[in-house]
Amino acid sequence: MSELLVKNAYVIDPINHIDGEVMDIAVKDGYIVEDVGPKAEVIDAGGCLTLPGGVDSHTHVCGTKVNFGRYMSPEDMRAGREVRRGVKHATSGYSVPTTYANSYRYALMGYTTLLEGAMAPLEARHTHEEFSATPLQDMMANTLFDGNWGVMKAVAEGDIERVAAIVGWTLSAVKGFGIKLTNPGGTEAWGYGKDLRCIKDEVPHFGVSPAEIIEAMIRACEMLRLPHSVHLHCNNLGTPGNYACTIGTFNLVPDLNKTRQSLYATHVQFHSYGGSDWKTFCSKAEPVAYTVNNLPQIVIDMGQVMFGKTTTMTADGPMEFNLYRLHHNKWSNHDVELETGSGIIPVLYRKKNLVNSIMWSIGLELALLVKDPWRCLLTTDNPNGAPFVKYPEIIALLMSKKYRDAEFATVNRRTESRVILPSLEREMDWNEIAVMTRAGQAKALGITGIGKGHLGIGAEADIAVYPLKVGEIDPAQEYQKIIDGFSKTRWTVKRGRPVARDGEILVHGENTTIWVDPKISPAHDMSRDPEFTEMFNHWYSVRMSNYPVQDEYLKRNLRMETEATI
Amino acid sequence: MIHEDMICPFCGCLCDDLVIETEGTEVVRVDNACTLGSHKLMNAGTHRLKSPIMREGGAWRDARYEEAIEYAAGILLDADRPLLYGWSSTQGEAQGTGVSMAELLGGVIDSTTSVCHGPSILAIQEVGHPGCTLGQVKNRADLIVYWGCNPTEAHPRHMSRYTTYADGYFLENAFRDRKLILVDVRKTETASIADEFVQVKPGGDYAVLSALRAIVRGREDVVPPTVAGVTKEQLLRVAALCKEAKFGALFFGVGLTMSPGKYKNVRNAIELVDELSRHTKFTLTPLRGHYNVYGSNEVFTWMTGYPYAVDFSRQIAFYNPGETTAVDLMARKECDAALIVASDPGAHFPKKCLEHLASIPSVLIDPMHTMTTPLVRCQIPTAVTGMDAPGTAYRMDGVPIHVKKFMDLGYPTDTEIIGSIFEKVKEVRHP
Repeated sequence: MSELLVKNAYVIDPINHIDGEVMDIAVKDGYIVEDVGPKAEVIDAGGCLTLPGGVDSHTHVCGTKVNFGRYMSPEDMRAGREVRRGVKHATSGYSVPTTYANSYRYALMGYTTLLEGAMAPLEARHTHEEFSATPLQDMMANTLFDGNWGVMKAVAEGDIERVAAIVGWTLSAVKGFGIKLTNPGGTEAWGYGKDLRCIKDEVPHFGVSPAEIIEAMIRACEMLRLPHSVHLHCNNLGTPGNYACTIGTFNLVPDLNKTRQSLYATHVQFHSYGGSDWKTFCSKAEPVAYTVNNLPQIVIDMGQVMFGKTTTMTADGPMEFNLYRLHHNKWSNHDVELETGSGIIPVLYRKKNLVNSIMWSIGLELALLVKDPWRCLLTTDNPNGAPFVKYPEIIALLMSKKYRDAEFATVNRRTESRVILPSLEREMDWNEIAVMTRAGQAKALGITGIGKGHLGIGAEADIAVYPLKVGEIDPAQEYQKIIDGFSKTRWTVKRGRPVARDGEILVHGENTTIWVDPKISPAHDMSRDPEFTEMFNHWYSVRMSNYPVQDEYLKRNLRMETEATI
Repeated sequence: MIHEDMICPFCGCLCDDLVIETEGTEVVRVDNACTLGSHKLMNAGTHRLKSPIMREGGAWRDARYEEAIEYAAGILLDADRPLLYGWSSTQGEAQGTGVSMAELLGGVIDSTTSVCHGPSILAIQEVGHPGCTLGQVKNRADLIVYWGCNPTEAHPRHMSRYTTYADGYFLENAFRDRKLILVDVRKTETASIADEFVQVKPGGDYAVLSALRAIVRGREDVVPPTVAGVTKEQLLRVAALCKEAKFGALFFGVGLTMSPGKYKNVRNAIELVDELSRHTKFTLTPLRGHYNVYGSNEVFTWMTGYPYAVDFSRQIAFYNPGETTAVDLMARKECDAALIVASDPGAHFPKKCLEHLASIPSVLIDPMHTMTTPLVRCQIPTAVTGMDAPGTAYRMDGVPIHVKKFMDLGYPTDTEIIGSIFEKVKEVRHP
């Protein structure tokens, strides 16, 4: 029985409509309660900004591709090296840090729940192994279905129930959280070195289009009653003029769920490009944001680019090859049979570079132009746009026009004619930032019901106390204080236990892996389906019985069972 | 008792379709495995050390596990520069515990990678790695290139499960539709089934790879009539085969990584694949030897940032192959205690290194008497992962597989023994 009292907290908790109330937060056995006894441990927040623990709804921190990013980059490891001290392991890495480094740095910023954005089912065991070496955050893994043969065949047959059954079986087998589609169909085409341009192209050999895959998966997702919606990385990432494809994709999306979006479009910055080539490249954040504003069934995240070194990594194999041909540094690729692909290259985003400067502007434009902060979440697609340690700077850019202007003055001069960022006056307030960094993310992921993203009674006691006195700071003017304040919490509390204080890691914790297990009728049980098992035993390189992730790979875990309608 | 879909703990193929029949603690039959795997499994219960052994004077004596564990912790704690080496024939869980222990001790942890595909990793760190899973090759590849390796004898089921003889989804008659190119310094068994056998003069791999790159780039004019014993005519033929393929897969072994040129050879091979990827689809995969040597690279990487040869003496993870690799450390007589796990440096390391190993306090964790046994002062027998212990292993293409247990001989697992040593270390050196 542990009890904790966070006193004098200046609380912003958007889900519970608390916006700047000084109050005490009582915690018992890891959950927020009405009151605790006199012997409870006390933390005095001293009137500092107190938010629910941060939630990252799209990051790449664990798994085969992330680890290969580390493997191929000893130069990245030389940055971010810290010695072993107390409970803290030695750390290495800047853009693709070790599991421990990721966990510590997120904890210092007040983040307590992370969603790994892309897990290939065949290699899921690896992701879970890394999860168990991530001590301070609860973890989830979106599962890749973009080039899944079983799914594509069922889509071609128009059998949505079968699509749902395959998705359900797979999620349950690999202990995944939600559906991820990365360049749907394009990753299969990449199996023979090809790609698809947009949603109407046909996937070679399978006779389906990305549009058909996306729509079928959205419907299947609802049939399975998954907490999160389909999580989409659109086709044609990173090419000039791709905004039309993005808008075309958004316009396809039916509105099927009253409690959350039907589609989560990720790193939309990379999909909001105008122009017909790199010379005419420009921002099309405006029409994309306009489309989002008009379609309540869509939530996006920014995928903000920040200047400096990073490592890009995605299941979008063909895109990474194209990017490699632009950058000429080094390139790794890893296609996964019957499922998906992936690629990794290091990147340096430079202020001198016109394209990079425009990319930087687009992310901010999207956040400022999407009216509802619940529908545009703060991410960098870590580490693709930038490592997550840049979040505090992004927060400051969103809160301060003065900071934006100061930064804009340092980027490539020709950027001005290609973007509208300088004309945007909006400055976000504390509540909007709280929505974009936790409440909105938890809602979009469908995990508020399990106590994430808020501080109501019964919620998980994940709490971040920042050294920021809201009443005494003018974010529009004092943006450096915003950056410093969000970089390092005064306290980070994870499941009722203080895990970080003023930049020090206090405990070696253990996380919870959150996964989804849809309850499907025996008639739709894929493990007994002859065609499905035959596909496995003929074309996979592992036996079907050796494919599912065994329970022993999940240490502490939360199984979310859903009542599927099939 | 019949155990189906079992996983072979021998080579990096990690075949997972074995059928093993046991009677009590005897393996009486193994189906589907190759000769190498069968032998390992059929003899699962034999030749095992009964208990830990310790050297006393000039002879061995039996010891209790507690005593051996105490000794192991003691020598590691007493050392200024302990080396924790091996790790390629054990479970991922043991590897992870090993890393944590090396970190706390301020020691060096290295795997057998440094004497097999270490150069491949150095090359990958310079230019990347265009690869894929083995099923992708099986279903799509119409051209297979084996370079500096002899899968027929070293990875006997590689060709039947993943390449030449495997059914492919996109190939009507996989065996007939696939071409096979073998590049090697000598005519091995594999050459007898190859469509093209390219015999390179020893040390000539780099030149041959460069010539092929030039041809693929359209610069055949710079290629002389013969390159390292290979005629230009054949090089043109090979380059054409590669470009014409719809999906080419290049596999390479220590014949490329450990021949003159070392990591530069691999770098050149990767860059050839990269060049070919501009014309067609091409991938490259190192043929890894031990069944979980790739796992050691994975585990070390997510925990420390580096795939092998990690030195914690500065309290940070430091990596400099050539300096922090086991062979170099031993040759310089730098390490003053050694824990050898699931590997056999006695059979593979240079004499100079072994002389040093024999002169320092050392412990071997291995189920059987090996070439390393005569060189150490204590040996602790453990269960064999994939026989009497379960665990995680990574296939040569990075696919993690849960290796299963099918019998119980009562031995502790590597993870348990290393965990116990680590507990003793922690009693003295608090985290």
